[in-house]
Amino acid sequence: MKTENQKAWFFVLPVLFLVAFNALVPIMTVVNYSVQETFGNNVFFWQGLDWFEQILRSDRFQAALGRQFLFTFLILIIEIPLGIIIALSMPKKGMWVPVCLVLMALPMLIPWNVVGAMWNIFTLPKIGLLGYFLNDVLGIAYDMTQNPFAAWVTIIVMDVWHWTSLVVLLSYAGLVSIPDAYYQAAKIDGASPWKVFRYIQLPKMKTVLTIAILLRFMDSFNIYTEPFVLTGGGPGNSTTLLSIDLVKIALGQFDLGPAAAMSLIYFAITLLVSWLFYTLMTKDDAQ
Amino acid sequence: MAKITLSNLRHSYLPSPSGPADYALKEIDLDWQDGGAYALLGPSGCGKSTLLNIISGLLTPSEGRILFDDRDVTDLPPDQRNIAQVFQFPVIYDTMTVRDNLAFPLRNRGVDEGRIAERVAEIAQMLEVEEMLDIRASHLSPDNKQKISMGRGLVRDDVNVVMFDEPLTVIDPHLKWKLRSKLKELHQRVRATMIYVTHDQTEALTFADQVVVMQDGEIVQIGTPVELFERPQHTFVGHFIGSPGMNVLPAEESDGAVRFQGRQVALEGAVTGQGGITQIGVRPEFVSLTDAGLPARVNKVSDVGRHAVVEAMVGDTAVKAIVEGELPEQGAEIHLAFRPDHTRLYRDGWLSTEAQT
Repeated sequence: MKTENQKAWFFVLPVLFLVAFNALVPIMTVVNYSVQETFGNNVFFWQGLDWFEQILRSDRFQAALGRQFLFTFLILIIEIPLGIIIALSMPKKGMWVPVCLVLMALPMLIPWNVVGAMWNIFTLPKIGLLGYFLNDVLGIAYDMTQNPFAAWVTIIVMDVWHWTSLVVLLSYAGLVSIPDAYYQAAKIDGASPWKVFRYIQLPKMKTVLTIAILLRFMDSFNIYTEPFVLTGGGPGNSTTLLSIDLVKIALGQFDLGPAAAMSLIYFAITLLVSWLFYTLMTKDDAQ
Repeated sequence: MAKITLSNLRHSYLPSPSGPADYALKEIDLDWQDGGAYALLGPSGCGKSTLLNIISGLLTPSEGRILFDDRDVTDLPPDQRNIAQVFQFPVIYDTMTVRDNLAFPLRNRGVDEGRIAERVAEIAQMLEVEEMLDIRASHLSPDNKQKISMGRGLVRDDVNVVMFDEPLTVIDPHLKWKLRSKLKELHQRVRATMIYVTHDQTEALTFADQVVVMQDGEIVQIGTPVELFERPQHTFVGHFIGSPGMNVLPAEESDGAVRFQGRQVALEGAVTGQGGITQIGVRPEFVSLTDAGLPARVNKVSDVGRHAVVEAMVGDTAVKAIVEGELPEQGAEIHLAFRPDHTRLYRDGWLSTEAQT
């Protein structure tokens, strides 16, 4: 017998209300701003898609977007392989397992703005430990407040320091779930370490790696606090990533219309790339 | 192909074992003849997987040597011993096709592609998996996956021994039987030494020519299925093999006679040794209901199909008998008789009567 009624909607209502209150309404407000112009006093003028066009055509947005993609690309290409290598070299059993896990988790437990501040102090040329060491001991000219390249190296290293652990922990979880029999069979089959990695470890880590890549993509693409605290987007605009630029437009210049349009474009890009990643990485399983 | 000799093998998982209790394997001396079908039978935790891993080289024994055809292989890694092992859970390389899975051990050894194609086709035909060769191995059902992992072992024509570590655990019951007879058939075709580890007596007895029964890290008996059934060397074998297992009854020994519940019991032959804890062992198949004999009261009658198992109390001890034909009522007073040529004395668990000549 099939029972059909509309009661379920009743149970969903509270959640619907919550989601509307904290997600739908704010997003619609942004949509609202993105198609109008205002000079305050709640007076709005219809702008259509002008802001979107203006943002997409602006060199400033394109440059920030380019920097954003470069940043995300670099940290992914470093953190994913590095995370896998560290996970592979971690002990599988014994007393060192919890020690390794806790040490790995530590960077992720530190609040983002603290990470930014730590690295700022750490790398400042005269007073920072690293800055002093590089400049005055090793004699390498390094000043992330003046040199764009140094600033880039610093934010990349900071992100790698902060987030590689996530990839490590996820990969490690994938690795320890592989039964011993697989390794034993591979030994008997005469497989080389590379083949063990290629045909056993990597396939078994695939699901968690998909998650790791997605999380790292989304987080790094939306990153704000750490580079903002570390470099403030400088020197010049060299480390002004999308979110930093967005905040400058929205809260610095109070251009709410363009900022709203930019937010929506930003959101759409994040969503699109995440979807692409996910579809590509899970394509094989669907066959 | 090779004869495998285990000599004075002992293994402990502890770094510095102090007593016999610390050893997972206690003193194993054993020869596996070339081309034999062996089963290693014993309850979980008796050390049979440890023994298997020592033969395959996944574990190095604490003491003792392993010889393949008189060549010492104790310190050789698994890939240099030319052995194959099939695990409890099917191990397949998910991302490869079935064909590549079967070819994998050969490719790793640098066999040329023409020869590989030949061998893979041969094995696929033998295992009846030809139509699956080009699909991804991850899409196979568990029994087919297990077939492929067997195939990876058989594909090499230089294997000394193929070992099976409870390979049917995850297979559906109706396919178990099929796979088991496939194994038997494979053994007859390839004539490689095969060692089959299991805790299931049916699997062991149907597969093997020789069954090695283990308990607590020791081999208690090696024999054909018939020998294990007819003349268990140890009460454990008697109890572990058979359904229901052998009756093991407390016995008193005095003046050269053996008594059970105060009544003298006739045994197969003369009693050897002395002292220790003595028990009488007699299989339910050799206990019959008679008009005169041990008085007993029927406790339980279970009909298991072809025959019935009658459990009767002799004093405070339960004795099981397999009965065909007319069955007694529960609570009925009956008399039991043991067939003397299958009634034996065990001293501290070990057989302690001379065989009939």
